Amino acid sequence: MVSVTDNQPTPAGAGGAAKVMGMPAYHMVIFALLLVAGIAAPFLLYPVFVMKVLCFALFACAFNLLLGFGGLLSFGHAAYFGSASYVSAYAAKTWGLSPELSILAGTATAAVLGLAFGSLAIRRQGIYFAMVTLAFAQMIFFFSLQAPFTGGEDGIQGVPRNDLFGFVPIDDHLATYWMVLVIFFAGILFIYRVVHSPFGQVLKAIRENEPRAISLGYRVNRYKLTVFVLSATLAGLAGATKAFVFQLASLTDVHWTMSGEVVLMTLLGGMGTVFGPIAGAAVIVTMQNYLATFGAWVTIIQGTIFVIAVMLFREGIVGVIQKWVKKPL
Amino acid sequence: MFELLGIPPQALFGQLLLGLINGSFYAMLSLGLAIIFGLLNIINFTHGAQYMLGAFVAWMLLNFLGIGYWWALLLAPLIVGATGIVIERLLISRLYHLDHLYGLLLTFGLALILQGVLRNEYGISGLPYGMPSALSGGQNLGFMFLPNYRGWIIVASLVVCLGTWFVIEKTRLGAYLRAATENPTLVGAFGINVPLMITLTYGFGVALAGFAGVLAAPIYAVNPNMGADLIIVVFAVVVIGGMGSIMGSILTGFGLGLIEGLTRVFYPEGSAVVIFVIMAIVLMIKPAGLFGRTA
Repeated sequence: MVSVTDNQPTPAGAGGAAKVMGMPAYHMVIFALLLVAGIAAPFLLYPVFVMKVLCFALFACAFNLLLGFGGLLSFGHAAYFGSASYVSAYAAKTWGLSPELSILAGTATAAVLGLAFGSLAIRRQGIYFAMVTLAFAQMIFFFSLQAPFTGGEDGIQGVPRNDLFGFVPIDDHLATYWMVLVIFFAGILFIYRVVHSPFGQVLKAIRENEPRAISLGYRVNRYKLTVFVLSATLAGLAGATKAFVFQLASLTDVHWTMSGEVVLMTLLGGMGTVFGPIAGAAVIVTMQNYLATFGAWVTIIQGTIFVIAVMLFREGIVGVIQKWVKKPL
Repeated sequence: MFELLGIPPQALFGQLLLGLINGSFYAMLSLGLAIIFGLLNIINFTHGAQYMLGAFVAWMLLNFLGIGYWWALLLAPLIVGATGIVIERLLISRLYHLDHLYGLLLTFGLALILQGVLRNEYGISGLPYGMPSALSGGQNLGFMFLPNYRGWIIVASLVVCLGTWFVIEKTRLGAYLRAATENPTLVGAFGINVPLMITLTYGFGVALAGFAGVLAAPIYAVNPNMGADLIIVVFAVVVIGGMGSIMGSILTGFGLGLIEGLTRVFYPEGSAVVIFVIMAIVLMIKPAGLFGRTA
């Protein structure tokens, strides 16, 4: 993407930023603040709402791994989010699996789907890539609409919160919340690690100048596919977790408007930043929650934010902050 | 009563006809997308909403102003095209220097707004729009019954598509257009007003979607979501056809409509996804699409 700002950490020594465990100190501070906020949040706000934010934040971060760091705009990420949500809901409800196994099953499904769709989609570039991913996602939507186990228009309702690992009860919202918080943190730390690894550096090179990366001898398509699968898998992790938050998997999760929403969260928060999608998800979910009573207005407002973000605010919230503090966030 | 492969011919030809009608819409919409993409390098995600807008404008013309179908067929595309021109001038024209993906995101946002506004106003249940009396009734072709209006859709779509093809491939104006898609700077240097041409091209592509919307209004209920799901199928059609040629998008549009119709006869459950499956196969064999130029 053109306006994606430089997001890589300063190389060792440059800028003299202090590092803790290979992470710049101020990133460590941000993670610590996030953790504190995450622990305090369920006591201040309705836990289900915060869990929703966390799930979508992870979804948006997973999406941003592909768009912001890989430069690939997938317009069909709902496929991985939604199918994982269906599979984990089904696993918990019909097979009676414990949450961690159900989530694993959902995430694995998303990974396999990501591998299948990704290997085809990376054959096209740019806008075509977006259209191909969107079309594949629509395939999953129709499949979910018709397949016998998805419950059609009703979805899978009343997903049981079985005991975690078979013995830790997560029957109340607060207990579920801790599980979601752990998953969220594991997810974003993993993404952070990927972005700041040699693999992430090569991705950046491909994003900036693909022919050059090819001429340097990198197997570009392998990198693209890997990041696609990683992104799909993490999106699946978010979707599978979401099935336990709402105890529901439904067609909304696989519909293309969901793919659009995650793009909006990322764009608004700041694509190519580590923390941007979290902010974007928080803003959009909050907005949806408080505007839910206005019905179709939510769509109109989302559309308007899209237009404004594209026309005037391409760096996104964290992108702007990043410019002020002059440090990659 | 003879049967073909165990399917009564009435059902077979009925579905083929339905496929041909869907194909007419695929062809018109993917043609519009191809024209806009060719010159603006923008995937017009609003295309589905603009098709829907065409149907709504026809409905409004009838219900608020008493203007009937035939005038709507002329006026609605003009009105929808005019809104397209405004959008291009105010918003899209400011994005040309950026990555193409921003155009996709902008038009996606616009589609959300358009659908949201009309959903707010009219709900999602769908408004009836009467068929013009001249086209009611139908013909008995011996092997099937062809409703006149359905025949008209196919004829009108073919005429519009082939007319557009003729203008772009065979006339001087078309030559300018094709030249400008290759090298706008050079064409501008010859004294041709390229920005104006771009604006009018967008307007024309959008008007084409609006025209399709008016054609669709009498057979589908006019509702805010009518374009939303169609546009994604059209995207798949575009990927399958490849956006290199105008004729390619017309042929792919009609062809895929027919294939979809056939699938509905022999394997109804697969009809919604057959186009996406074909897309996957085409991507495996010919990543640039059937008629696409490798870029």
